[in-house]
Amino acid sequence: MNDMARVERRVGTKNAKITARDVQVHYGDTHAIKDVNVEIGDKTVTAFIGPSGCGKSTFLRCLNRMNDTIDACRVRGDILLDGEDIYDKRVDPVQLRAKVGMVFQKPNPFPKSIYDNVAYGPRIHGLARNKPELDEIVEKSLRRAAIWNEVKDRLDAPGTGLSGGQQQRLCIARAVATEPEVLLMDEPCSALDPIATAQVEELIDELRQRYSVVIVTHSMQQAARVSQKTAFFHLGNLVEFGETGQIFTNPQDPRTESYITGRIG
Amino acid sequence: MPTLWLVVSVLVLAAIGYVLGRKRALQSANGNIRELHSLPIYYGLNVAFAALLPALGVLILWLLAQPMIIDSTVSGMVPHEAIPEETTLGLVMSDVRRVASGLDAAVEQGVMTLAESHSLRAEAADIRARLGEVGVALGAEVKAEVLQAAQSYRRMTATGTHAMTLVVALLAVTGLAIAYARTHKDFRARNVVERGILVLLILAASLAILTTIGIVFSMLFETMNFFGLHSWKDFFFGGIWAPNFRGDSELSILPLLWGTLFISFIALLVAVPVGLFAAIYLAEYANNATRSFAKPLLEILAGIPTIVYGLFALLTIGPMLVDFFGKGGLLGVEWMAGATSVLTAGMVMGIMLIPFVSSLSDDIINAVPQAMRDGSLGLGATKSETVRQVVMPAALPGIVGAVLLAASRAIGETMIVVMGAGAIAKFSLNPLESMTTITTRIVSQLTGDTDFASPETLVAFALGLTLFVLTLGLNILALYIVRKYREQYE
Repeated sequence: MNDMARVERRVGTKNAKITARDVQVHYGDTHAIKDVNVEIGDKTVTAFIGPSGCGKSTFLRCLNRMNDTIDACRVRGDILLDGEDIYDKRVDPVQLRAKVGMVFQKPNPFPKSIYDNVAYGPRIHGLARNKPELDEIVEKSLRRAAIWNEVKDRLDAPGTGLSGGQQQRLCIARAVATEPEVLLMDEPCSALDPIATAQVEELIDELRQRYSVVIVTHSMQQAARVSQKTAFFHLGNLVEFGETGQIFTNPQDPRTESYITGRIG
Repeated sequence: MPTLWLVVSVLVLAAIGYVLGRKRALQSANGNIRELHSLPIYYGLNVAFAALLPALGVLILWLLAQPMIIDSTVSGMVPHEAIPEETTLGLVMSDVRRVASGLDAAVEQGVMTLAESHSLRAEAADIRARLGEVGVALGAEVKAEVLQAAQSYRRMTATGTHAMTLVVALLAVTGLAIAYARTHKDFRARNVVERGILVLLILAASLAILTTIGIVFSMLFETMNFFGLHSWKDFFFGGIWAPNFRGDSELSILPLLWGTLFISFIALLVAVPVGLFAAIYLAEYANNATRSFAKPLLEILAGIPTIVYGLFALLTIGPMLVDFFGKGGLLGVEWMAGATSVLTAGMVMGIMLIPFVSSLSDDIINAVPQAMRDGSLGLGATKSETVRQVVMPAALPGIVGAVLLAASRAIGETMIVVMGAGAIAKFSLNPLESMTTITTRIVSQLTGDTDFASPETLVAFALGLTLFVLTLGLNILALYIVRKYREQYE
């Protein structure tokens, strides 16, 4: 699988979807992110790796302004989505989050039916004009999240009754249903068993056809398996960013080498 | 020896036991604490508890049982002829107790010698006058039978108290001795003390439950007396509440129940939206500074005595409503005659319930995991969409429970309705009329000159029991709903 991925890694990064320049994040007095510059390509999977507390999740949450919900958090610098600053005053964070979907560490289906979970975003944003259209969106999203066959007979059952792996795929379907352009995933497999993890990883590879995917992960094997680009964060700094194959086989920075060989972390 | 001294000496004995137990344990280990099974304090406590607990337990039971046993024995001694036509055995017995305690007081104050007090004869001595000297007033001359009963009452009480002192002291000493003898460095004092504490906690918990059962039973007996005097059909299915003292009262609960439910409904109409919105603001929108300042402020409302709310209803809300709906009011209608009405009481009661609803709902909303909110916000939902479509459905069972608890408080509320609702029992849909509630009628049936043998008084217990069953049912329903629909978030 590693060799397969290396072939596909040549996919160009000429069209950057998200560009971050000199991003600084402060939590109260803590300087959580320092001078991060990164370009995230369209239709690629970018992995953020690094030890706990290095700021990778914080940076991920900057990309759809989820940090706005935390009072003590301050973000400086520019983050451009398709060339437009998402922290501009004219940008509505609510609209932005519909374009930049997010999947969380722990599966968090709403206490509603499977159908209503997926239909939640389309209903809020008025994506469907009538019931048949909504049905179609729900089916399409569940198919894309590779869970349709498992749940098609029980769309009225509560989403909380599914297994952990199914719940996480349901959450991915829910995020996909609003037709986002970017999908942010914050350690999506850390609460799942190996089989469910494999299913979700396979799914991430398929999602690359349509979306730009950013995934935060603790597992270096996972980063190597699913991503084309990898960014290594350490103590709030972006230490190294490049092709996944290069980061794992020939890292430029000694800190990256120490981390991937298990000497720090 | 008075009971107080008995308790004090048992306590002193326990303290001595503590010191002795500790010392003996240390001695058995040759002063080396590390050789003991438990810390020295546990050996001391073990001996102290052994001296204290059985003795005090028996003391409490004895104090409860002795008067009952003596009363029933003595009342069997009073002959039937000694009970005058117009009184009952209960009244004679209270005379007996009065004379007995009067004689004891006289001896204590030195007016009589002990021997004299025992040899008194009703015909010879003016007992009423002599007891008057020591401050015990008697209604009539003391009859021979009453005096005789009083004397045996005194004798039995004295014997009982002596026996009690002896038994309690013996128990304390025995407990101390046994525990002291068992104290040894290998004795597991820590585990024994642990078990003793467990027993203590269980006793405290069961006391609360037993009290509830006691309340229910005392109400139940009086209610059965009432239904012996008054037909249950009229009480449950009649339509009129009209107590009088001619003996043909119509005592039906239905008009009162209607008033209670109507007022509670209006109170909930005020309290639920306001309380819920306040809770949503506090839990979802307010920042920490506002929250830490606004929440206690809102909860101050819960600390205001209900009688103050009653005054507020009577002096402020009532006249204000009259200004709108009364004669010569702002609306030019004449719908309201006086300040007391269903609306007055309902509104004020609603204000009283706001902190109740908001505080409970706030806790419940806060218990909805942050992951739910993040999920919704991450899909591009606004805050109010998130609250309406994700947080509220998840919190709904808890909120329903909170509302039902508020309803049961509204139904049982007394002071506000006494002052704000009026006293007319009737069925009406007009909230501007005065009506009355179950609680108000309980108060009015039991205050003033009452005769506990008439249905007009006893109906209060039937009303109280019905109220109790009603609120108990609501509380059980609330708990059931909360348990059944609680989302299990792991």
